[in-house]
Amino acid sequence: MTVRVENLVKRFGNAGGPAAVAEVSFEARPQAITTLLGPSGSGKSTLLRLIAGLETPDAGRVLIDGKDVSALSPQHRNVGFVFQSYALFKHMTVADNIAFGMKIRRLPKAQTKARVAELLELVQLPEYGARFPSQLSGGQRQRVALARALAIEPKVLLLDEPFGALDTQVRVELREWLVTLHERTGITTLLVTHDQEEALELSQHVVLLNQGRVAQAGSPHDLYDHPADEFVASFLGGANVMKSRVSDGEAKLGTKSVPAPSGARDGTPVQAFVRPHNIRVRRPDGEDPAELGKIERLTRVGGYVKVYVSLPSGESIVVLTSKTDLDALGVEPGDPVAVEVVDAKVFVQSYSI
Amino acid sequence: MRWKTRGVLPGFGLSLGYTLFYVGLLVVLPLSAMVIKASSLGPSELWTKVSDERALAAYRLSFGSALVGSLVNAVFGVLVAWVLVRYRFPGRGLVDALVDLPFALPTAVAGIALTTVYAEHGVLGQQLAKIGVKVAFTPLGVTMALTFIGIPFVVRTVQPVLEEIDPDVEEAAAVLGATRFQTFRRVIFPSILPATLTGFALAFARALGEYGSVVFISGNMPMRTEITPLLIVTKLEQYDYAGATAIAAVMLMASFSLLLLVNLLERWARRAEA
Repeated sequence: MTVRVENLVKRFGNAGGPAAVAEVSFEARPQAITTLLGPSGSGKSTLLRLIAGLETPDAGRVLIDGKDVSALSPQHRNVGFVFQSYALFKHMTVADNIAFGMKIRRLPKAQTKARVAELLELVQLPEYGARFPSQLSGGQRQRVALARALAIEPKVLLLDEPFGALDTQVRVELREWLVTLHERTGITTLLVTHDQEEALELSQHVVLLNQGRVAQAGSPHDLYDHPADEFVASFLGGANVMKSRVSDGEAKLGTKSVPAPSGARDGTPVQAFVRPHNIRVRRPDGEDPAELGKIERLTRVGGYVKVYVSLPSGESIVVLTSKTDLDALGVEPGDPVAVEVVDAKVFVQSYSI
Repeated sequence: MRWKTRGVLPGFGLSLGYTLFYVGLLVVLPLSAMVIKASSLGPSELWTKVSDERALAAYRLSFGSALVGSLVNAVFGVLVAWVLVRYRFPGRGLVDALVDLPFALPTAVAGIALTTVYAEHGVLGQQLAKIGVKVAFTPLGVTMALTFIGIPFVVRTVQPVLEEIDPDVEEAAAVLGATRFQTFRRVIFPSILPATLTGFALAFARALGEYGSVVFISGNMPMRTEITPLLIVTKLEQYDYAGATAIAAVMLMASFSLLLLVNLLERWARRAEA
């Protein structure tokens, strides 16, 4: 089922203050995982809470499955919500936690019991029904919270930083598990995260938020390969920022030039965002020494090497290269290198920062 | 079974020894002296002393009004704690401080104050007399005094527990379809039940032993408004030491078994926190 948000506005505090969510519109497609990604304070959690009915919007509409639910209380929206803090009922067993929504709906006992067993199986905790939340690990608790949310057969599943409180290893495991679970249930899912890796890995659709507005929405590779603005480019993928000026419709970066944005006049300052893997370093080959960079440091991360290079302009950049390539190059810290930008996204520099 | 676990702080033996000595000297020794004194009476004489009509009436009044008073406090104490934790309003700090007042006040002051207000010519007593309700010098007055002195217990035990309830939990219940009342009954109430029981037990124990505030408002009429502690004092004044200690021993055992029962209840209510 589709979730649509139209011109949603939410302000906390004074009416004159900045909006936590400002005129946000987007659509979460049926049976897909959509992530709401953004730095803290970007309004992503507020947006999710508005969809669940836990906050009341100042303006705008929320449509679930084509129906305007803006006036409905959270009790009547039939959504599943999972909190970062798990929010399990401590005094109830795992089975009672999962059964809670069904008990409220007065479903027959036998049906509830069967569904609880089925859900325990689904979240891979079949033996844990009689335990209390305090006897489970963080990852297990979050799976119980997910089962509890799914028990009411919600139209959409809303996950608010569900893996935020877990350690890295568990987080990665649960992430993969969530994809499998989603494949089995096919439920329309909205996931809030500040972790770009999580967003790129989990979802078919990413809505990137910045200061309460949608910065860009699209498929993960759309956002990564064709960032709409500087914020998107710098937030996703840890890009290097290189400054330059336009000359003859091109911007010179390192020893190479890349096309400047169309319409930028000569002499206009530009900013280029370059992914660390889109830069190549090589031994100098007769270039003007004034154009060469210098290797400051090498950090080996498994099969990859991070090469920290200082440019003649004073900027420092990070280049990601494979260990094999670097060994073939045979360079050491202190060596001069030529820096070639393979691909870059160039924006006319804004001075607002 | 290993019953001694090595903690970060050393000194288990020393501190346990001190604890036992402390509890023994201050609690067990005087109480056993009392039981021994009581048992200086022969069994039949003891039985007559503790089960004469005047004593039975005193037990009934003491346990009955203490029970009612602490039940009232259990209900309204939870309400007060709820309001103090959940709402921000002008004068909240003052209300919060007022809750502790019955603790700090000499109980005789409380007794005089209550009697002034509820006596036939008092501010409230006058109005209540019109509708035929007498508070001062009746069991109702005793209950009133015991409610008064028990106010802080439930509020102060429930308050921190309420403060720790994660608002996410209530929101989770709402999203799952629970109304506000269902959320309270099924989610919040079970979480504060152990603390409420603790507060109830403390208020009850305090009410059983209360003397100062009651003697003024009760009128101390044998068979009608005489509480057990007063009966004990009366017997002492008549040099009936054995009789006084016998009744005291009955109170002791009844209180102890009641507290034990509440403790078991509380442990049951806390089973999820293991």
